[in-house]
Parts: sequence; C-alpha cells; structure tokens
Amino acid sequence: MKRALPIFTVLLVLLIAIAASNPYFLEPPGFLAFLKRAAPLAILAAGQYFVIVAGEFDLSVGSLVTVEVVVAARLIDGDDSATWPVLALLIVIGLLVGLANGVITTALAVPSFITTLGMMLILSGAVFLWTGGAPRGALSEGFRAFGREELGPIPWSVLILLVVGAVAILLMRADFGRTLIAAGDNRRAASLSGVRVHRATIFAFAISGLSAAIAGILLGGFAGVSAQIGQGLEFQAITAVVLGGVVLGGGRGSVVAAMAGALTLEALFTLLNLHGISGALEFTVQGVIIIAAVAVGAVRLPFRPGASISPPMLKTKETP
Amino acid sequence: MLTMTGIGKSFLGVRVLRDVDLSVAAGEVHAVVGENGAGKSTLMKILAGVHAPDEGRIEIDGGPVSFGHPLDAQRGGVAIIYQEFNLLPERSVAENVFLGREPVRRGLVDRSAMEKATAELLDGLGVHSFRPRDLVRRLSVAQQQVVEIVKALSQNARIVVMDEPTAALAEHEVELLYRLVRRLQERGIAILYISHRLREVFDLADRVTVLKDGARVTTVPTAEVDTDELVRLMVGRELRDYYPPRAEPGSAGEALLSLRKAGNDRLRDIDLDLRAGEIVGIAGLQGSGRTELAKAIFGAEPFTHGEMTPLRPRSVRAAVRAGIGLVTEDRKAEGLALRQSVRDNALLVTRATGRGGGRSVKDLLAAVRISPPRPDQEVRYLSGGNQQKVVLAKWMTVAPKVLLFDEPTRGVDVGAKAAIHELMRGLAADGMAIMMISSELPELIGMSDRVVVLRDGAIAGELPAGPTEEAVMRLAAGEVAA
Repeated sequence: MKRALPIFTVLLVLLIAIAASNPYFLEPPGFLAFLKRAAPLAILAAGQYFVIVAGEFDLSVGSLVTVEVVVAARLIDGDDSATWPVLALLIVIGLLVGLANGVITTALAVPSFITTLGMMLILSGAVFLWTGGAPRGALSEGFRAFGREELGPIPWSVLILLVVGAVAILLMRADFGRTLIAAGDNRRAASLSGVRVHRATIFAFAISGLSAAIAGILLGGFAGVSAQIGQGLEFQAITAVVLGGVVLGGGRGSVVAAMAGALTLEALFTLLNLHGISGALEFTVQGVIIIAAVAVGAVRLPFRPGASISPPMLKTKETP
Repeated sequence: MLTMTGIGKSFLGVRVLRDVDLSVAAGEVHAVVGENGAGKSTLMKILAGVHAPDEGRIEIDGGPVSFGHPLDAQRGGVAIIYQEFNLLPERSVAENVFLGREPVRRGLVDRSAMEKATAELLDGLGVHSFRPRDLVRRLSVAQQQVVEIVKALSQNARIVVMDEPTAALAEHEVELLYRLVRRLQERGIAILYISHRLREVFDLADRVTVLKDGARVTTVPTAEVDTDELVRLMVGRELRDYYPPRAEPGSAGEALLSLRKAGNDRLRDIDLDLRAGEIVGIAGLQGSGRTELAKAIFGAEPFTHGEMTPLRPRSVRAAVRAGIGLVTEDRKAEGLALRQSVRDNALLVTRATGRGGGRSVKDLLAAVRISPPRPDQEVRYLSGGNQQKVVLAKWMTVAPKVLLFDEPTRGVDVGAKAAIHELMRGLAADGMAIMMISSELPELIGMSDRVVVLRDGAIAGELPAGPTEEAVMRLAAGEVAA
C-alpha cells in the first residue's frame, strides 16, 4: 500500500486542477460523468493488472474491445431481444481469447509479448476482413444502456466499475491472487512450493480477456460502433497499470493502484482537453508517462538493503 | 618455471586466499587439492589473469609477470583448461584451435594451413580418433578436452592448468587423459592438476599442494604421503561447534520414505530409507548427485525408474501432497518470493496446495523463532538466517512427514545456524523424517544420525553416527576404506 500512495496524491492533485477550471466537476453529476468516461479504461487496467503482476503482458485487449463491439453490432442489428444472448456470447469470446493467450504463452512457451502482439494483429485483421472497414448493424437500446444510462443518479458503468473493482480486490486477497503475485515475483520458488504457475497465468489472461469484454460492452454503449473503437487501448491500460506503481516483470503492486492509475490517466486527458490542448497529444503524454514511471521504479529498485552483500565470486560453488 | 609467492586475495573484506606459495617446474605435474572453498579456483583464476592478486608475486622463468587480463596470461604461456570447455560447437576443431588467431593469406583465413597445423598437433599427441575438420559438437567430452589441450599447445603454452579434468569423463576416457598428461610432461610442460580424486593425484602428480581455508597447508612429494595422510591434511581441523544431541540410537521409527533401485539420468540404484525421528546426512563432492537426489525425491527432477514409497512423485505438487518438503539450496533463487511479505511467503505452500493451514502466521513465526516477528515485512529485508526460517515456516504450514534440507545453513550467521540446527532436531523429535545435505563436513557429522555418502550419482557407502571427516572424504573421493 505504501507504494500505492503516490498515485492517489497525483490523482487528487489532477482532480483539484480540473475542478479549478471547471467548478461543475465538483458536483455529483459532473464527477459521475468523469467516472463513467473512465470506467472502461479502469476495468481494462484491472484486467491488465493480473497479467502484468504475473510477469506477462496483454497487448491484445484493444483489438479485442473492437471485436466485441463490432460483433455485437452485427449480431444484434438493432433487435432488442438479441441483447442478452449476445452479451453472454461477448463474455465467452473475451474468455476464450484470454484463454488462448494464456495457453500459447505457457504451454508453447511463446513470450506473452509476442503471443498477444500476434493476437492483436489476428483480431484486427479478422475485424477488417469481416467488416470490410465499415462495421455493419447496430446496437440495441438495451445494450447501449450499460454504457450511457443511469440507475437512479448513478451511471450503470460506474456500478459495474465498482463491482469489477471489488471482485478484483477479493481475487487478489484470495489464495489465487497471493500465489499469482508470488509466481510473478519468483516463478521458480513458486513452482517449487507447489504453485501451478501455468494454470495461474492462464487464469490471469482469461481475466484480462473478460475485462476487455466488459470494457467493450460499456464502450460500445458509450461511444457507439466503430472499427477504431479499441485502438490504442492496450497501451492506455498498460500505461495506467504502470502509473499505478505496478512493476513490469511481475511480483509487485496493487490492483486498486492500477485502477487509480487509469483514473489518473483519464483525469490528465480531461485536464489537457480543458486547457484546449490537442487530443493528438494524448499519445505523446502516454509515452512520456510510461517511460517516466518505469524509470522511477527502476531507480528505486536496486537499493535493497541486505539483498546482496556477498560478492558474486563467493556465491559460485567452489569445486574441491 | 612458475613461482607464485605470498599470494593473497580478498573479496569485499573476506579473505579467500592468504600467503599462498606455489611453484611448478618444467615437466612436473603438480596437484592442488583441498575441500570445497579452500581457494583452489581463486588461485587458478589469479594465475589465469581473471582476478588480480591483492598481495604476492608471480614469476615465470625468474622474471616477474603481472596478468591484468586473461589474454596477458595466454601470452605469458599459461593455458587453463576449465571444467566447462570454451569451445564453439558449430565450428570445426581447427577453427576452435585457432579461434581469434587464424592464419591469414591474402586477407582470407588460410584453412588448409590451420588444418595442417592442427593435424600435426594431434599427431604429436597420438590422437587419431577425430580430424581437424570435424565439428566440435560431434565430438565426445573427452575429445573436446583434447581440443582444449591442442589449443593450449598451439598457443605455445608452457604452463597448463587443468581444473578437474576428469570430472566429466567416463572411466575409459580417463586413461586417454593420463596418456596426454604424460606426453605434455615429456615435452617439458609444467602442469598444475586440480582434482578431488586422490587416486589421480597419486597416479599422475610428482608433488601435491594442500590448500585449506585459503591457506597452504603443505607441499609434499606424492611419494612421501599416503591417502590417509593427505585426507587428514585436507580436512584437519577441530570440531569446535556445538550441535544439539542426537536421537537415541535405535529410536528411529518406521520408514516414512523408501527408495529402491531408484534412478534417473543423474542418479542410479539409490536404496535409501528415511525414518521418523531421524536425521540422515547426505555427503558427497560437488557433482556427486546430492542436490539431484533431493530434487528427485521432491518431484522437481523426478526419478524415472525404481521404486519409491509411499509414491514416486512426478511433480512437486504430488510430492507436497504426499507430505514431502524441500528447503532448497539457493533460497533467493528457489526458496522465496523476495518482494512478498513474510506472511505471503510463509503461507505460499498451503495456499498453493490447499493442504494444512490452521496455524496463525504469528504462531508459526514464533515456532521458527524469527525475531522480531513482523509478518508484513518484505522478505528481502530480512537477514539470511531469518529468510531461511521463513522457508522453514513455509513448510511447517503443511506439516510434512519428510523434510529435505539442501545446505540449510549456507550464508547464515552463527546464531541463526544454531537455531536452525535446533529446529531441525526438534522437528525430527516430533516424528518427522529429515534428510540433510551439507558441504560442511563438521555440520553434517554433527547433525546426522547416519551419513550416506554419494559418489557419481550412486551411494558409495553409509556411515553410522559421528564418523570421522576422513572416513566421509575417503568414501566421497572414491578411496576404498582401509
């Protein structure tokens, strides 16, 4: 938790800065609108967290979000009665893609960076092939409600975000989460303690796939159908997680901080927007953040009191 | 030809060599022996120019030399043949021999000159089993060793250091090596021969230098000592450490784990019983299969044949579920998730396997005497001794029936060492079967109710409680007990 503190400070400062230029932000509807906009990214960040803390990457979530939205539009095609079956199908697609990523990474020992990069290209290509560049069909009102309607004063997406956050926290406190993070820290030690490292990793990828499905459902409702809807989301999610102080390579960081990282990123974009700075700068900002966050983490890490006092020579086995 | 005088070396304040003298004459085979950690490798690395000595002089042919880099040593006529060969498997023998020094004609590598020169060197050694054009990866280990020797000769080496040259060789290949060593000797090359196999020392060497704890014990002509004398010189020290009292003789309970003819590619024909209440020490030299035995019982590198009861585990999980635990040799690489808390590490096994549990972490930490007990602290900030106690706590959560310890006190301070010894004895007294591997003979002898000695992946013999170090070393080094 100590490590998670900085991100909350940064988030608070940004929120105050936004409120200073836009007082409406302080009122419940204004703040809820911000959370509603940030919800898909925060959910993606939560999913990405599980993969990163296990020492892997998931670059396929952006394309997966696009797939979810495009498939939903085509299959529902404005027919409200198709909403629930299609929702179920979307969840299954998310889980299956995550499962494939996990199995390829563990069983075939393909580095996850490559596995999910490949998956990203495969999904993008499939979407293009299937739509010819312009998605057809339309989402139903029922479907879009999740992304843009409210339950009383609270947007659905904020409620869903809260549920996802709660489940993620519970998972990380459960045996699964503790063994997953231990495996991300030291795979060999975990495996020699009886942890099924492969299974845990596959599960982490499935969670990431599921989070992409949920994020896709919310985004489709919020922003409507487009073949570019998920573009760049994988990098935003990774940036958010890293911004939350989660260490690339695994073994360290909290899921709450990762989600706070997503809110921070969204707040930053909002602030830039308020000050009339071009949205085109978003990528540049992300790039700077991701490098800076990792660099700060790297500078801190080597200082491990008592970690390695003995010189390497003494550690090597002497032969008699 | 070579004289090293007063060589001293420290690494970060730890003296690993002090005031070591060593000389070797042309045509002499001079053996260097000593226990693990006696300083043999460091001494050879100084001669090879890998490390610079803090004190002392090196002279070759009466002139002082200083090797700041391995290349300096090579130019000075010193060649080292390491246990691990430095050959490129996809290149030919000749290319390896002349690596980095290829003869050039008109700007191109002169292959035929290279191959001719290599062939002459091979002829000179009487080796005809392979040719200069053969790819190194197609050669046997013994043949690769020959390539290393030819490489040394091609560099006009006059001092050849051989580090455990027979470690990787089969019995019949050792004969070939002997012949080669004698040929080198005839040519007036000085040979430093490092080995822990005393038989070879007596077979080959003219003189032998014994190192112990970084200092030279003595240098004697091999004709003037016998095996017993040499072993005594190598290990001779007083048993001054205190160990908890052993179990009553004959008090060991039923066998909780039995091996019959068990083996895999590193181990063969292992017959071993681990009984309740007993600590069995496993002795053996580096590479004798000690760690492999523990990993095999633990299912990490499983046995492929033979019997093991209650079951022959094919995975770590199966072993853990059968009540077997392993405290690994290298706790940082294999024992702990360093960035996780004491609590998370202590609970890792029970969380992973769903066994055990029920004991509070506070309770556990008190039981293994971690002081102060701070469950939320990251393990990497703990001392070596406390880290090892966390590993122990990790296994105690699942109450194993059999607990294997691989170098349980490596890198821990004296106080923690005594505490770990007492904990081990306490666990045995509570009915656990304990197997302990240790390179430290006094510890092994002090702790064990019996000592099983491994050599070359098989059991070389078993000794009752409290054997002498000489007896253990003799079995480990392959000498027949008198």
